[in-house]
Amino acid sequence: MASIVAVIASTHHPFYYRASTATGDDRPPFADEWVRKITAFRETLTRANPDVLVMVGSDHFHQLWLDNMPQFLVGKAPFYDANWYNEEREFGLPKMRLQGQEDLSAHILRAGLDSGFDLAFSNELRIDHSVTCPIITLRPEADLPIVPIYTNIFAPPLPQPSRFVKLGESIRTIIEQWPSHLRVAVIGTGHLSLELGGPRQFGPQGPDPEFDQRAVQWIANGDLDGCLREVTLDSLHEPGNATHGFMDFMLMMGVAGAGVKADYVDTLDLFHTMEAYFTWYPSGAPA
Amino acid sequence: MSKYLLNKFLFTVDRDPLLVERYREDPAELVAWWESTMANDLLNCHSGENTTWLAFTDEERDALIARDQVRLFEFGAHPFLTLTLFIAVFERDNTEPLEYQKAYGASLAHVTRPYPDIAT
Repeated sequence: MASIVAVIASTHHPFYYRASTATGDDRPPFADEWVRKITAFRETLTRANPDVLVMVGSDHFHQLWLDNMPQFLVGKAPFYDANWYNEEREFGLPKMRLQGQEDLSAHILRAGLDSGFDLAFSNELRIDHSVTCPIITLRPEADLPIVPIYTNIFAPPLPQPSRFVKLGESIRTIIEQWPSHLRVAVIGTGHLSLELGGPRQFGPQGPDPEFDQRAVQWIANGDLDGCLREVTLDSLHEPGNATHGFMDFMLMMGVAGAGVKADYVDTLDLFHTMEAYFTWYPSGAPA
Repeated sequence: MSKYLLNKFLFTVDRDPLLVERYREDPAELVAWWESTMANDLLNCHSGENTTWLAFTDEERDALIARDQVRLFEFGAHPFLTLTLFIAVFERDNTEPLEYQKAYGASLAHVTRPYPDIAT
């Protein structure tokens, strides 16, 4: 059976690519520290030596639209083109193409449907920065096949937070039952407190640093009980109007397992939002 | 009121560089053209299978022409869509980094929670 060699949860800051590649006067003062932290975070994936990446993210109204909106969608395609014109325009993100792992996509879809998740699928999916940002930060060679899984954290009505956790738990079980010798890393990205298009956007920090501190503790400690006690679809409006992206972190806590402390935790206080990086090694820490 | 149609405008204009430029140069022209040609396009379907019932209210049309993010926010247009398109239209006029983004936030400083419902 396949083994899960790393579980990684991260924010996906679309400005990293531009900040990290800028030079001279264009290079922001926080870029060097950010690159140092990302380089260390990247090593946590490299050390696990994965063959396949399962990538959890959320389409930002690129391919998925309100006329036909899935709650949870699994890509099943041999290739995924990536990044969109408006991401190139606003963030300077490059166009990319990633290889797919269709066998694992098919396995996740079949097993997911059989275990109570009516997953949507796509055979022609152009992925966006929720998936390409962690490729850029964690595996810039972009040389491993992926299975993208999209969640709806964006267009209400949304699934309940507990449903994200349960999906994460199921993804863990399903991958571990995949009849393959391959080494799988599960990487998911979301947000801590975040405001977009509202009065608290683009402040010197994230809109709710206190929420961010509690969220980092929940994730670092695998404290799903504490997190689920406090986090509801309604409560997530308070820290910032785009904070429902935190439910992708909750999904990744489900993958990592209740009560399991992260093996690697790091954060970076930036303008607009706090960055947070977590890695678990379910098969034991690599040598 | 149609939050969906406001979102559809923001979504379809934002993803097309030529429409972004038309919205910057002449918003009244672009909004009128869009409502008469694209509002009832069934996206991702064969051409010709149009919707028959989508139209802006006068207030919605005025807010789009005025590029008024405060009124669009009050109407419950999706804030991510409004922000993304308006950054495309206005950010190039910045004289310092994030100038437009910060001014956009400040224009909404009077807003109290809970924010208008964005569910469609």
